[in-house]
Amino acid sequence: MKQKFAIKVDDLTVAYDYKPVLWDIDLAVPEGVLMAIVGPNGAGKSTLIKAVLGIIKPIAGSISIYDKPYKEQRKLVAYVPQKGSVDWDFPTTAIDVVMMGTYGSLGWIKRPGQKEKKAALEALEKVGMLPFKNRQISQLSGGQQQRVFLARALVQNASIYFMDEPFQGVDASTEIAIINILKELRKAGKTLVVVHHDLQTVPEYFDWVTFLNVKKIAAGPVKEIFNDDNLTKTYGINYKVAINK
Amino acid sequence: MSITEYFELVITDYTLRTITLGTAVLGAICGMLGSFAVLRKQSLLGDAISHAALPGIAIAFLITGAKDSNVLMLGALVSGLIGTFWIRGITSKTHLKSDTALGLILSLFFGFGMLLLTFIQKQPNANQAGLDKYLFGQAATLVEKDVTIMVFVTGICLIVLLLFWKEFKILLFDADYTKTLGFNTKFIDILITFFIVLAIVLGLQTVGVVLMSALLLAPAAAARQWTNSLKVMIILAAIFGAFSGVLGTAISASDNNLSTGPVIVLVAGVFVLFSFIFSPERGILFREIRFRKNRNDLQLKKTLQFMYGIAKTHENISHPHAIRILNNFQGFTKGSLRTMEEKEWIQLKGQEWSLTPVGFEEAKNLFNQQKND
Ligand SMILES: Nc1ncnc2c1ncn2[C@@H]1O[C@H](COP(=O)(O)OP(=O)(O)O)[C@@H](O)[C@H]1O
Ligand SMILES: [Mg+2]
Repeated sequence: MKQKFAIKVDDLTVAYDYKPVLWDIDLAVPEGVLMAIVGPNGAGKSTLIKAVLGIIKPIAGSISIYDKPYKEQRKLVAYVPQKGSVDWDFPTTAIDVVMMGTYGSLGWIKRPGQKEKKAALEALEKVGMLPFKNRQISQLSGGQQQRVFLARALVQNASIYFMDEPFQGVDASTEIAIINILKELRKAGKTLVVVHHDLQTVPEYFDWVTFLNVKKIAAGPVKEIFNDDNLTKTYGINYKVAINK
Repeated sequence: MSITEYFELVITDYTLRTITLGTAVLGAICGMLGSFAVLRKQSLLGDAISHAALPGIAIAFLITGAKDSNVLMLGALVSGLIGTFWIRGITSKTHLKSDTALGLILSLFFGFGMLLLTFIQKQPNANQAGLDKYLFGQAATLVEKDVTIMVFVTGICLIVLLLFWKEFKILLFDADYTKTLGFNTKFIDILITFFIVLAIVLGLQTVGVVLMSALLLAPAAAARQWTNSLKVMIILAAIFGAFSGVLGTAISASDNNLSTGPVIVLVAGVFVLFSFIFSPERGILFREIRFRKNRNDLQLKKTLQFMYGIAKTHENISHPHAIRILNNFQGFTKGSLRTMEEKEWIQLKGQEWSLTPVGFEEAKNLFNQQKND
């Protein structure tokens, strides 16, 4: 049986100014996996996601979502940006932010209505944020802000989810809540690409992993490739001790 | 003329009415669009645009030889737009940071504009006088035609704002995400920027190149203090802007013929100052009060906790203890004991204190309460 790929990246090279940040990346993500992208700070993890989503223009390479360019498939894709990429002091409420997830399917000018509001409320419920729906976003804790971002992506009702460090700055209970939602999505056949920092939890949370440090070091099932060898290649130091503890 | 006389005159005097309406509309549109500049953290952009408009005014005059305000404004618009797109170009095509690009364009264009103004002033042309009013503005030169244009532009701006409300909002909050949803962020961005340039150009005649950005930013900065809703913020900014315009005109008309532009900006500045101090949630006054109250509350609860630790060791929780054993405890004062007695947490008798059942419960539940917050 031939495997179906949700995302395919070929020969992708990205640079900011003259500095190459991603170098000749080939990547094929099978449909239905929950994949971690791991790598040190500045490895280009966020850049990889941004390039796939068309936020950044690559120097070279091609990207496809279910064999078509992103432009034609964007309704299949949802995105959770790094939390620090927005100003949380922006004057708006939690439900308003979640509602933004419906803007893509609404298109230009059309305003969200009852249907969109209902979807937003359901998403807030799912991430346990319903009681905070009218809270100004600056008055949410870091974990709650992360949940709001997740809810916004859930509202997009996509097949592929890109999440940039969704566990950053969250407490243990939020982390569990989020990972449960991710696992549920995978069970429903969705494909998830998650930038992840905590190496200890990779085997527990994910079934697929990509090692990235400017170049792609390795990509494949966690069971097969999540080992000291690849970790050392990616992080440049010996990870044996850290992982086996 | 006193302020009350002024407001009587506004109703009867045609010129004064025109000027007042003009400054009000100008303040409103600046407040509205300034909200976008403030929220995008592009505060310097307004300054750069207004300065970049100066050479356009001079060139328009040199070409037409007339001081028709509409023609000069068109010149200002063109050079303001050129400046703005150069700034965008510089930031996206080079390593330079945006504030460097802004500063560069601001000084280059302004310098060139000043050069042209000096050149014009040396011309043997009776018509040249008064172009320098665009530096600090002169509301008295507003005529009905100018105000009509302001109202017209404000109307269009409102329609565009309502039409693209959702797009503006999401772009302001999260531009990258907006792009992934398939919106042409460049278009939305250019639309916002175009209207900001338009508002600035409209204001040059009244407020002038130098102070224009203040009228753009001040009402919006003040409005942000009072609300956590984008809609309300923009409405408030428009209102603050309009009031600044009217009050500024009134004050300058009633007192020694003060220059209107600076007075309008000063009034807007008072709005900002007042808002930064007195707004209930973000203002420094109430923040300080809340901070002190919280600190005192916490101090009190810490003392109570300490007493609870002592009282717990006795079978009878209300067993009296000497006040003196509290002396070593940091944060304990005579005043705090009295407050605790008022709250009926403790009873004081001579040199001794004892915990009441109320105080005991309060101390026991202290940590549970904090967890539930
Ligand atoms: N907008 C930008 N302009 C210039 N350099 C950038 C920009 N964004 C990221 N970089 C650089 O690109 C590299 C990769 O960044 P990023 O993809 O954010 O890494 P990661 O997400 O893996 O931490 C870093 O060295 C970073 O400094
Ligand atoms: Mg990153």
